[in-house]
Formats: sequence, C-alpha cells, structure tokens
Amino acid sequence: MADTQKTGRESVFAKAVKEGLLAAALALGLFSLIVGFRTDQNIRNELVLNQRWGLLAIFVLVAGVGRFLLTAYITPWNVARNKNKRAAVEREQSTFRKSFPKIGLGLLLTYPFLVILILTAYNGSIMGGLQGSLKYVDNFGIQILIYVMLAWGLNIVVGLAGLLDLGYVAFYAVGAYSYALLSTHFGLSFWLLLPMAGIFAALWGIMLGFPVLRLRGDYLAIVTLAFGEIIRLVLINWTVVTKGTFGISGIAKATLFGIPFTPGPTGFAALLGLPNSGVYYKIFLYYLILFLALLTAWVTIRLRRMPIGRAWEALREDEIACRSLGINTTTTKLTAFATGAMFGGFAGSFFAARQGFVSPESFVFLESAIILAIVVLGGMGSLVGIAIAAAVMIGGTELLRELEFLKRIFGNDFTPELYRMLLFGLAMIVVMVWKPRGFVGNREPSAFLHKRKMVSSEFTKEGHG
Amino acid sequence: MEYFIQQSINGLTLGSIYGLIAIGYTMVYGIIGMINFAHGDVFMLGAFMAMIVFLALTTFIGGVPVVLALLLMMIVAMLLTGLWSWTIERLAYRPLRGSFRLAPLITAIGMSIALSNFVQVTQGPRNKPIPPLVNGGIGIYGTNVTIAYKQMVIIIVTAILLAAFWYLVNRTTLGRAQRSCEQDRKMAALLGIDVDKTISMTFVMGAMLAAVAGTLYLMFYGVISFTDGFTPGVKAFTAAVLGGIGSLPGAVVGGLLIGLIEALWSAYFSIDYKDVAAFSILAIVLIFLPSGILGRPEVEKV
Repeated sequence: MADTQKTGRESVFAKAVKEGLLAAALALGLFSLIVGFRTDQNIRNELVLNQRWGLLAIFVLVAGVGRFLLTAYITPWNVARNKNKRAAVEREQSTFRKSFPKIGLGLLLTYPFLVILILTAYNGSIMGGLQGSLKYVDNFGIQILIYVMLAWGLNIVVGLAGLLDLGYVAFYAVGAYSYALLSTHFGLSFWLLLPMAGIFAALWGIMLGFPVLRLRGDYLAIVTLAFGEIIRLVLINWTVVTKGTFGISGIAKATLFGIPFTPGPTGFAALLGLPNSGVYYKIFLYYLILFLALLTAWVTIRLRRMPIGRAWEALREDEIACRSLGINTTTTKLTAFATGAMFGGFAGSFFAARQGFVSPESFVFLESAIILAIVVLGGMGSLVGIAIAAAVMIGGTELLRELEFLKRIFGNDFTPELYRMLLFGLAMIVVMVWKPRGFVGNREPSAFLHKRKMVSSEFTKEGHG
Repeated sequence: MEYFIQQSINGLTLGSIYGLIAIGYTMVYGIIGMINFAHGDVFMLGAFMAMIVFLALTTFIGGVPVVLALLLMMIVAMLLTGLWSWTIERLAYRPLRGSFRLAPLITAIGMSIALSNFVQVTQGPRNKPIPPLVNGGIGIYGTNVTIAYKQMVIIIVTAILLAAFWYLVNRTTLGRAQRSCEQDRKMAALLGIDVDKTISMTFVMGAMLAAVAGTLYLMFYGVISFTDGFTPGVKAFTAAVLGGIGSLPGAVVGGLLIGLIEALWSAYFSIDYKDVAAFSILAIVLIFLPSGILGRPEVEKV
C-alpha cells in the first residue's frame, strides 16, 4: 500500500519534471525574440537591437518552475481538496451573503464620509482629511460607479435580452457629446440635458437596432462593433461640430439644483458657511452617479417583473419559442436596445459633466470590451455580481497607480501604470478560466411557484439572439 | 480609367493582406464558432517578429539578399507566431470549451488586451520604422499605371500561400479532419479524429497566415507599432463576415472587397471616412444578405 503510494508520488514527480522542462522550452521559443531583444531608436531614428538574455532567462525559469510546481504540488492538492468538498453537504447561504446587497448599499452611501473620517484621523485636521479624500472619492468611488452604471445598463441588453452588443460605448459617446455640445452652444443646464442625453441615446439605440433586427449572435456582435467604430470615426472626422481629436473642453459643471460649486459668494461652500474646497463637488458627483447607478438597478429589477422584462428573458432563452408564443420580437429587441442605450446616455452626460472635457479618445472599442467583460465576469444578469466585478477590475487597475512601494523593490525606472492594462487583460483570462460563469453564477428566478429557489448556473442558457 | 486601375491595384494589395488575416478568423469560427478577437494582435505580433528577425539579420550578418531576408522573416515569424497561437489556445480557450458561448469571447478580448500591452511593455510604445526592403516598380506598357515591386511581392506571396492552403484543406488528412470537425465535432470524435489536436492545428495555421500578413504589412508600410493589431484585425474580421463567416473562399473575396472599397473610397471621396465606408458596407450587406456573400444560410433546427 505504502509502496504503491510512493511510486505514484514519484511518477507524479517525474511527470512534473518533464512538463516543467517542456514549459521552459516552450517559453524559450515564445519569448526568444520578443523578450530576448529590445528594439530602440538611436539618434538617427534607426532601430537598433539590444540584447536582454537575463530577462529571457527569468521568463523561461518562471515558466518552467511554475509548471513544475503546478503539476507536482498544486494539482494533486486541489484534487484532494475537491474530493473532501464533494462529501460535504450543500450549505445554506450564509447570512453575510444573503444580506450582502444591504451591507454594500450602506457602505456605498457612507463611503465619502468614511474616507473623510479616516483621513481626518490620519492627518489630524479636517482640511487635510477633505483634501486627501479627493483622490479616493474621485479615482475610486466615481470611476468605479461609472463603470458599474454602464455595466448595469449593458446588462439589460446582454444579460437580460441576450443580445451581444460590442458597441455599447457608442451610446456613452452620444450621451457625452449631446451634453457637451448642447451645454457649450446653448448654455442649457445639466438637469435639463441629463434626460435629453438619455433620450438621444435611446433614439440612437432604436436607429441602430432597426437594421440589425434580423441578425443573430455573432453577426449582431460585429455590426454593433462596426456601429461603435463608425460613431467614433465620425466624432474624429466631423471637425466642424466635434472639433475632432482636440475634443470639446470647458464644459459646464453640474449644479445642485441651481447652486453652483464655485468659490464665489453664491457658491455652495459660501452658502453653507463651509471652508472652500473642491471636495464638495466631488462628493456631490459621487452621490449623483450613485443615484444614477441605483436608478439603473431599480429600473432593471422592476422591469424584470414586468411583461417586457419577461419577454426579454424569454428572448434570451429561445427566440423561436418566444416568437411562437406570440411575443413581438421586434419591439422586444428594440426596447432592450433603447433602454440599455438610455442608461449609457445618462452615464455619458455625467461623464462629460465630471471631466469638463470630451474627446473621441474616451470612446474606443476597448471601453466597450471592458464594460462587456465586467458584465460577463460578474455573472450575466446578476446586479451584485456585476458591481463586484466592476469594483475588482476597475478598482484593481486603479490601485496599481498607487503602488509606489514597488519602485523601492524594482528600482526607480519601474512604473506600475505601464502594466495596468496588461494585468487587466490577464485578469480577464484568469477569472474567466477560473469561474466561467462569473462571480455570481446563480440566478434568481423572475417567476416562481411558492418558494424562490436559486437557479444553478448549469441550467441557465445564454441565447443566440 | 488609369487612375481607377491604379487604385484598384492598391486596393487588391491591401485586400490580400486582409484576406490572409481573415482566413484565420473564418477557420476558427467555422470549427468552434468563436470570434477569435486576439487574432488581430497575433498578426501584430507576427509583424514584430519579422521586424526583429530583419534587425537581427542586418546587425549580426550584414548584407543579406532581400529575397533571402524576406523568406527568413516569413518563416521565423510563421513558426513563432504559430507557437504563440498554440499556447494561447491551450491556455485561454481550451479550458472553456463546452462552457457558455460568451466565455471564450471574453478570454479572447482579454488576450487581445494582454498581447498588445505585452508588446508595448517589452518593446516600448514607439513606432518601429525599418528601412524599405523592396524599392521601385514597373509601369504597364502604354499607360501611367505602375505596379510597385512590393505590391507584386504581396500579391504573389498571397497567391502561393492560398494555393498551398487550398491544397492543405482539400487534399490532406489534416484538412479532411478540419472539414469534418467543422461539420459535426461530436461525430468526428466518434470516428476517431483527435478534435483537440485538429482545433489546435487550425489556430496554428490561422496564426501562420497572419504572420505572413504581418511580414507583408511591415514590408509594405515599413513601420509597425503595438496598436497596429486592432484596426487590421477588425477589418479582416469584417472581411470574413462580409464573405460569409466559415467560408474560406469567402474570406479571401471579402478581404479583396474590403481592400478595394477602402482604396476606391479614399481615391474618389474622402480619405478620412474610408473606415466608415468599409463598416457601413458591412452593415448594409449583412442587412440584405445576413449570411454574407458566400456563406451558407443558417438553418435552425427546432
């Protein structure tokens, strides 16, 4: 008995050595040119080769040793763990998980004040706390919430109606440019333009939705991608209106129902007798985007219970069955496009008001891809999952900007920002391979008999619509 | 008329490159029904490999005949890019086979982001110019139309590769395995075809063609940058869809058409809107011919 176990262990070890060597050889082949040499321009603008064999050796070593450890230790350990797990009884959901949405909501509502409190305690003065919190409220809070809102908006199209849209950023762009143009040319206020931007985006959604109604699955995906690119290219080239790649700057800020956030005597700070600081505007923006995002979530939750929401989900599950039950697929698809686009438009006008500057650079395909990735990584259709995915992916990449201590390890030339998108791409792959159904794979049923039971991810199907 | 012919030649050259990339998209789609978003970046990687091989040749050996240099660039780029594609498929796509439809699409988008940023990190963000490899051209007798030698190289290389590729798909065991996997993967597996290996080989073949396209692109434009994967990639995918995705001749026809549309639109209308024209024509064609020009209409069984 002990003997067979030993030989089993040895054969695993031998296999691991072999696979490690193979992985090292593969890495040598893959990275020999692209890592082994670096091309740089010299003074005459000609390319010269620099050799980097040390770095190549590190890459090869990491691949070989990593693969060896994976086969020799991690995989057997994982197999053993899974064996134990399968024996355990299916557990009831923990209270934490059940009340997670409430806890998260509470945290979101108090986030700016928590940050200010912590930083005030840390810095020893209220002003220090206010100024220090600017970065956290803006870079983390607002930035993440914009993506949460966009992902929740796209979730209506992809997660509920099952229509794969690769050009969602186009509606974001429509919202941002309609606010930017109408506010700079006609001086209209943010609160008037916010619904207008949403309506414009929804109209664009219907316009783009009409021709692609007959298309399905990947054809739909590529045409929406093409529309996204067309809108971006028009924004770049129609310089008379959009000023092309220079973008539109000096866009008016949002106001709190007419009270501007300016340092003057009529400003927000002066009216309330508070010390002057830019942080109030950021906190206001934070609550504004939080409100908009929650509005998206609320509308999504309500719509799911209405006939139109059920029609979307029926469309996602099976288009033919849906049609034979008498559901008008044309209006169903168009409303999904329009509703999703409308929230994209809201987010776009918020984006323009926050930045004070819009340019086509902000609306590239990569943005669509990131938003779609958040929707899928979060587990399609699950609002909480999507919010978690947005916080992890966007917050994680934003955190990389803050990692100053890495400079002490790798030397001063090391810039973590450079690796931001590389790590983002790799994280997308790793998360997807690890959890193909996303963070929250289970789905709450929209219609049920007597008792609400979670639908396991194995039973949910994504349509080809 | 001369202007038209000249522009058509330019368009066909561009279209050949798109066609070579489009084959990779259409083959992968035909077999596993997945949009390989990273393919455009695999093309860019191939061009970088060719660029580094060229520099290595000029630095370490010195004056190498152009034909030999081009051949070496192509072969090394093909081999290494094929290896990259094999690894990508193994790591990012194979674990998700049989998972739901969007999962491999997301890893492909992630791979695309990761690849372009990997090249940016390792090779630097600046454009990489190389000196012109092939100079001059010949005029067609009695007209002002000229064909640059590099355009001839592109068209000839594409024609040779397409012939070899046609032979591979239609006359060899591997090609037969690929075609059977395309028709019915489960049945092919039951009949003793190693489906995983066939799919891997499909990715490798697509990447090799993309690497050649990358080498030709580098030779034609003389410059490459880490962002150059996206636009040719999207155009080539557009070409594949236009021709009817899953159809190999369709990919070539679609590529040539997209190249022609782009060149003629830039010549007669406005160069700024050439990409808009290509995408609009894609949308229009798909609305009236939802399965592309040469694609089989999708029959749905209920």
